[in-house]
Amino acid sequence: MDQGTSQPATSTTPPEGPALAVEIGHVRKWFGEFLVLSDVSLNIRFGERVVICGPSGSGKSTLLRCINALEDYQQGRIVVDGKVLTRDLRRIDEVRREVGMVFQQFNLFPHLTVLENCTLAPIWVRKMPKSDAEHIAMHYLQRVKIPEQAQKYPGQLSGGQQQRVAIARALCMSPKIMMFDEPTSALDPEMVKEVLDTMVEVARDGTTMIVVTHEMGFARQVANRVVFMDGGQIIEINEPTAFFDHPRHERTKLFLGQILR
Amino acid sequence: MTAETDQVASDVFVRTGAPLAVPPPVATTGVQGWLRRNLFSSISDCVLTVLFVTALALIISALVKFLVIDAVWSGTNRDACLPSDVRPEIGACWAFVRDRFAFFVYGSYPIDQRWRVDLFFVLLAIGTVWLLWLDAPRRDLAAAYLFVAVPIASFVLLHGWEAFGLRPVDTALWGGVLVTIVVASIGIVASLPIGIVLALGRRSQMPAVKVLSVAFIELVRGVPLITVLFMASVMLPLFVPASWSPDKLLRALVAVAMFSSAYMAEVVRAGLQAIPRGQYEAARALGLRYWPMMRLIVLPQALTATIPNIVNSYVALFKDTTLVFFVGIFDFLKTIEVARVDPNWATPVTSATGYAFAAMFYLIFCGLMSRYARGVERRLNVDRHD
Repeated sequence: MDQGTSQPATSTTPPEGPALAVEIGHVRKWFGEFLVLSDVSLNIRFGERVVICGPSGSGKSTLLRCINALEDYQQGRIVVDGKVLTRDLRRIDEVRREVGMVFQQFNLFPHLTVLENCTLAPIWVRKMPKSDAEHIAMHYLQRVKIPEQAQKYPGQLSGGQQQRVAIARALCMSPKIMMFDEPTSALDPEMVKEVLDTMVEVARDGTTMIVVTHEMGFARQVANRVVFMDGGQIIEINEPTAFFDHPRHERTKLFLGQILR
Repeated sequence: MTAETDQVASDVFVRTGAPLAVPPPVATTGVQGWLRRNLFSSISDCVLTVLFVTALALIISALVKFLVIDAVWSGTNRDACLPSDVRPEIGACWAFVRDRFAFFVYGSYPIDQRWRVDLFFVLLAIGTVWLLWLDAPRRDLAAAYLFVAVPIASFVLLHGWEAFGLRPVDTALWGGVLVTIVVASIGIVASLPIGIVLALGRRSQMPAVKVLSVAFIELVRGVPLITVLFMASVMLPLFVPASWSPDKLLRALVAVAMFSSAYMAEVVRAGLQAIPRGQYEAARALGLRYWPMMRLIVLPQALTATIPNIVNSYVALFKDTTLVFFVGIFDFLKTIEVARVDPNWATPVTSATGYAFAAMFYLIFCGLMSRYARGVERRLNVDRHD
């Protein structure tokens, strides 16, 4: 059965609401000979919070990275904030300015202080005066509850603190869409909660969020829709309660059975 | 039953009371502990330690005897440094170095114009100290001063400019430490930016840029510096009209700059390769374009990571400048070569003295460079990690 085409249209697009933030239409991507994304279609509206889950190698991170053009794709169409992603570098830069990304490995800049990490893009990409950028950076560092670490270097912080800085760094660009790529997978267990709490905070502001994670508690609490991917395909999309309590596809049931055991 | 056996006997244990602070055994700390751990930890260690200490003692005592105890400190000609009945053993002839010192520093630069060289040394020293002293104020100004103002001022000063009343001095008259410093500075200053551009070009996605960079790097690296120098000084005049033919020193400078840039490119490339992909992705995801990403994120980290290798290249370059004397340029070593065969100072110890002096000169400069680099490295490490 070809999952991509057999899904009812209503499950890839919420029926009504604001404009589309992300429009993914029949995207296929190969790594060499290997098909990593197979006819993936997904529409996300502004203000929506979508959690993508699935076993490793299912293509969920690749899909996320296609949305801000860290990966290219060979077939199909991706439209972000009304801009079609092609190889046009100018267009890609425009999209990246509006899409914040938080990585599994934080990817903070180790040679810059926490504050400089946060002000870099506003100053150099948004051409903001330094004092304004610092003001905004301190605001978001306050939001993620580590303003006192502003002058430290990332190497001096714990993993949880680093990931919160990474979230603040992305927020400083005031992105229209925030993407999280397994933000808690590289953390020690006792630090997962502080990062998830920060993400819940971000969700409360009504930010459009696309989150790849295995944190099912977070998905239940925050997501509007949960997307389950396996083998490069979208297998099932549903709102969280129905998704967790009444999974419909066999592979979803198997996956949930494994991670919720 | 005592409390201790209680603990052992039971499977469940909860500590009560504070732990006792017990000092470490005497034999593992202090001077005694250090000696035992590092010098006398086994029989073979003891043997090696004794052997090396003996060898060091022999070498150092011989050096001190030659350079200091038996040395001749003053005199006006060779007679002072010849063995006599009064002084059967003669060490280093420092009188010779003192007598020819000005020649070692300035070469044949006109004596009445040497203040210009002194001023050049002062300007260069101010810029170097200002830029290298990490806590100095306005180091951006220092960089502008050192990389823009000093080169222009130096050219005007050393080469001369009639408009300023500075009599032109032909580069054939330049020599000694002056030439060594000029060649080394040009090599050091030019090699880093050119090397960075070449390294980035080598990793570029644009085929033409990549091929050109690789070709330049591999061509220059595949040839000894002496060959590049000969090419520049002997073959270049064959291909261009005589009126075109640039100055001999300038040709050597270009050759040295090209050569050191190719090596620097490989050093920088190694640093670039050490930067994790996540750094590029994070920079890209924030919307940074290629040049800001390189300048703000990638290069600062890559260059910091390769400070030891960069300095290593600089040290090698500083010593390689001695090769310019093969193409007839009077660098510091060449002045020593010339002075040591001067019949006025022909003694059995003149050559040894000259070379000892040269060795000390190079040792001090190279030593300062690597010491400074180590200081910077340590400081960066302390700053950024606990």
